[in-house]
Formats: sequence, C-alpha cells, structure tokens
Amino acid sequence: MGTLMVSPAMLLLIVFFFIPVGLCFALAFTNARLISPEPATLVGLENFQRLFQDPLFWRSLRNTVYFAVVVVPLQAGFALVLALLVNAKIRGINFFRTLYFVPVVTSIVVVSILWKFMYQSDGLVNNMLQTLTFNVVQGTDWLSNPTAAMPAIMFMSIWQAVGFHMVIWLSGLQTIPGELYEAAELDGADKWQQFRYVTWPGLKATRTFILVTITIAALSLFAQINVMTQGGPLDATSTVVFQAVRVGYGQQETAYASTISLVFFVLVLTVSLVQRYLTRERG
Amino acid sequence: MTVTTIDQAAAPTRAAPVTEQTRRPGLRRAGGYLVRILLVLFFAFPLVFMFMSSLKPDDQIFADLSSIKAFLPVGDISLANYTGVFDTVPAARFLANSIAITTVTVLVGLVVNSMAAFALSRMRWRGKTLVLAAIIATLVVPFETFALPLVWWVNKLPWLLFQDGQFFYTTGWLDTYRVQIFPFLANAFSIYLFYSYFQSIPTSLDEAARVDGAGWFRIYRSIVMPLAGPAIATVAILTFLPAWNSYLWPLMVVQTENLRPVMVGVSYFQQLNVLWGQIMAYSTLITIPVLVMFLALQRQFIRSIASAGVKG
Repeated sequence: MGTLMVSPAMLLLIVFFFIPVGLCFALAFTNARLISPEPATLVGLENFQRLFQDPLFWRSLRNTVYFAVVVVPLQAGFALVLALLVNAKIRGINFFRTLYFVPVVTSIVVVSILWKFMYQSDGLVNNMLQTLTFNVVQGTDWLSNPTAAMPAIMFMSIWQAVGFHMVIWLSGLQTIPGELYEAAELDGADKWQQFRYVTWPGLKATRTFILVTITIAALSLFAQINVMTQGGPLDATSTVVFQAVRVGYGQQETAYASTISLVFFVLVLTVSLVQRYLTRERG
Repeated sequence: MTVTTIDQAAAPTRAAPVTEQTRRPGLRRAGGYLVRILLVLFFAFPLVFMFMSSLKPDDQIFADLSSIKAFLPVGDISLANYTGVFDTVPAARFLANSIAITTVTVLVGLVVNSMAAFALSRMRWRGKTLVLAAIIATLVVPFETFALPLVWWVNKLPWLLFQDGQFFYTTGWLDTYRVQIFPFLANAFSIYLFYSYFQSIPTSLDEAARVDGAGWFRIYRSIVMPLAGPAIATVAILTFLPAWNSYLWPLMVVQTENLRPVMVGVSYFQQLNVLWGQIMAYSTLITIPVLVMFLALQRQFIRSIASAGVKG
C-alpha cells in the first residue's frame, strides 16, 4: 500500500527527472540531434573537444561568472539591509514589507519587457537620470552598449529578486532571541557591535542558504537575456544557459547542448559545495 | 521596564550602524520613514509606469516620459490598449492556456506529492529509505541542467491517443498541453514540505482510526489532509508561481501559437510589435491575477517563501 501511494510521484520523478539527468551525461558523448531520422551514435569526447575550442562558450561562461560575482554580494547585502529595515516594530511595517516584495511576484518575463522599454536611449530611465541629476548625467542606449548591457541587466535582476531574499533574511532575524540584544545592551554594546556580535553570528545558517540560492539563480540566467538582448550586443550578454538553449533548441544539437549543460551542472554543484564548506559549522 | 524591553527587541532593526546617540528620536524616526518610503518608490515606479502607460495611446506614452506625467493617469486615458491587444494576438487563448495548465499542475501536484509524503511519513514499506534519499537528492539539481536532454526525451515518449472510439499509439509529446504539465507534477520540494508537516501531526490520531478499521487511504483523506491546511497553502503557492510564470520550457516545446502560455505569448508579441501601449496592457493583464492573489494572501505568501529557507 505504501508503494502504491508513493508510486505516482516516483514514476513521474523517474521519467521527468532521473532519466533526463542520466541522459544529460549519456548524450554528451553522442551526436544526438533533436529531430533526426538516424539514431544517435557514440562519438567519444568530440563534444568536449569542441567545447574547449568554442570561443562563444568561453565568452558565455565569462559573462555568467561576471554576472554572478557582481549580483551575489550586492543582492545578498541589499536584501539584508531591507530585512533589517522591515524588521522594525514601527507602524505600517507590513505595508513596506509587502511593497518591497511586489517585484518578486511579477514574472521575470514581464519585468524584462518593461525594463527593456525603460532602458531605451530616450526611455524612462535616461529621462529620470537627467531630471534627478539636473542634466549632469546623460544615459546611454543601455542594452545596445556592450559595456553597459550586462550592468543594466544586473541592476534589473537585483531589483526584481531582492525581496525574495529579504524575506529569507527576515525569517532568520526573527529566530534570534530578543534577550541576546538585551544582554548585549547591558554590556554596553552599541548598535554596530550588537549587529557584529549578535545578529551576524545568529544568521549563519540563513547566510549559507542565501548565498547558495542567489548563486544558483545567477548562474541560471536566461529569461532576461532571451527577452532583452538575445545574447548581444557582440555576445556581451550571452550566458551558459542561453548558449545551451541556442545550441540545443535553436540549432537542434542536443548532444552539444548536453555537454554545455554538464558544465553548468558542475559549476552549480561546485559552488554549493564550496559555499557549504566555507560556511560549515566550526568546532 | 517593559517599554525599554520592547525598544531593545526592536534594536537590531535599525539598519544603519548608528554609533552616536541621537538626541532627537522624533527626527530619526522621520528619517527612517523617509528611507523606507524612498525604497517603496524604487520598487514601485516601474510597475506604476507600466500600468499608467497601458491606459495611454503610444504617442502620449513617449511624450510623458520626460515628466512626472509618466506615472500619472492624465491625458487621453482609455482602455483601448486592452481591447486592442485581443485583436492583435490570441491573448484570450494564451490566458486560457495558462489558467488551465496552472490549475491542473497545482491540483494534481497537491494530490501526487501529498500522497507520496504520506506514504513516506506514515507507512512502512520496503525501499522507503532509498526513495526518501532519492527525493532529497533531486533538490540540488536545477531544472536548467536537464532541460535540453528533456526536450529530446519528451519527443520520444509514447502516448495513447483516443480518437473516434479507438486508441492509437503515438510518440512525441512536443507541441501539446501534457508536455507543459507532466514534468512539473511531482516535485521533491513539495514532497519534502508535506513530509515535514505530516511528521508534526501526532500518529495517535491515525492509530485510533486504524483500530476503528480505517484503511490507509481513508486516514490520508479524512484525517491527515484536513489537518494539513498550512502545508497545502504553502505547496499551492510555491507551485502556482513557477507554473504561471513558466517561460524557458514552453518556449522550447510549444510551436503552435494556440498552445502558448501567457509568458511565451507576451514575449513573442513584444518581439514582433512595437505597440508599446498594448504590450504594457497585456503585461499588466497577466500580472494582475498574481498580484491580487498575493495581496489577498500575503501572509501565506511570505510564510511560504520563508519556509523555502528551512531546506538550507
């Protein structure tokens, strides 16, 4: 009876998770194409050799790492500041919490379309920049400028997702007992010392979780690129997942796309293992 | 004493590391509100702009960009963009598709995942430890890892087609509704959430029911599930959001325009047109259902998101 009740879920996980994950490893050593009359044959390490010589793949990998290296600390830090701001016991705090969270429930596709419109050279962002700085700052055509495109996408991505991590920091903050702050205050600790010696150590588990989830989300960057730039200008915003989709779906080369996906998987796995190791319980 | 305690409990909330004592707490409080309100503007302005633009003709959207009017419902306000979008693309069809796909995914997902969690939490059977370990292992693999092999794989899957009173054997799931639903029904994290919630429901209840001769399915349906309201709400919310917002997957497996969900529909619409008023109208239209649901159930939403934090 137990097997009966677990079997629908297990069957679905086998067909739509375990087999495709296995296929990702297996197909990387073949010449499988998405739609092909001929069955796939083994080609050894050919796909991996091609990968090492593929400048577009390396470019995409560099762009992805660039995105992650900038977004992870900024988003985690900004989210923590927001969490501290909305953890206050002041009137109307629920209103602020709700509003900061609204971009999170807005689809990233809608957000990307909206910001693509706002980032146009005569768009809302540049108009606001001019008004707010009294015409000192002149914006650029953000998404057509190879050096500005990625930072523009980073800014938007943080704007959209930071509320999610604010809520997770907040739930971490609320597990820290109030007595600890009372004790610290009695010992003469100022606000910064209270943060440094009570809040920060108290957020250890939350920290690991937040770093891992933001990093994995950053490495998976796809929708923003597909909607806003298609990898351009001059491949400045092509990412690993975008490249895998372009190859595997656009060019129907499932085998080579599986190879790129494997690299992505190794990247994600390494990052989460390293972060778990760095933030492990000591002693 | 109690007053100071409350104040100290709130202490970590003051964000900036203020070291010097402020003499005027009233001023400081006002400053705190100012910062929080500026942040509200920061998070809200693009969405306000989207909504206001959806009510204006295109030339007015551009004319208003350079002033505060971009955020105000002024000038030639109408719902023309909203009616227009239904003439330009099959927008109603996209909406109906997404509503159907999301509803089925959430409802069937709730049943499948809670049953699995029930079996794992309540019953004894061979291979249980292995199954539990396998489910936990799936949590670390992002969908993007196997999305492309999965496209290749679903193209080879069999299906029984029922037509004119007869079954036909076919292969290939591309370009169907089922390919947008089945891969997302079983979800390791949903099973995990149900599992940990069921663990907190005392087994004395089901033991009593067993004595009265109730079967396992009866206990699942009439005792455990009625007590699992919070877990059901959490799983429903965490399934609803990605299902409604799904983009990468339907982009690859659906070619026919009539089968597209809203997000793929709006992204093609935006690539093929420069009717910004209509694009903003349709974007608003597909955002509002989620926004209304969020505002109505915000406590559950926030709690569900926070519960995602426990798995770390």
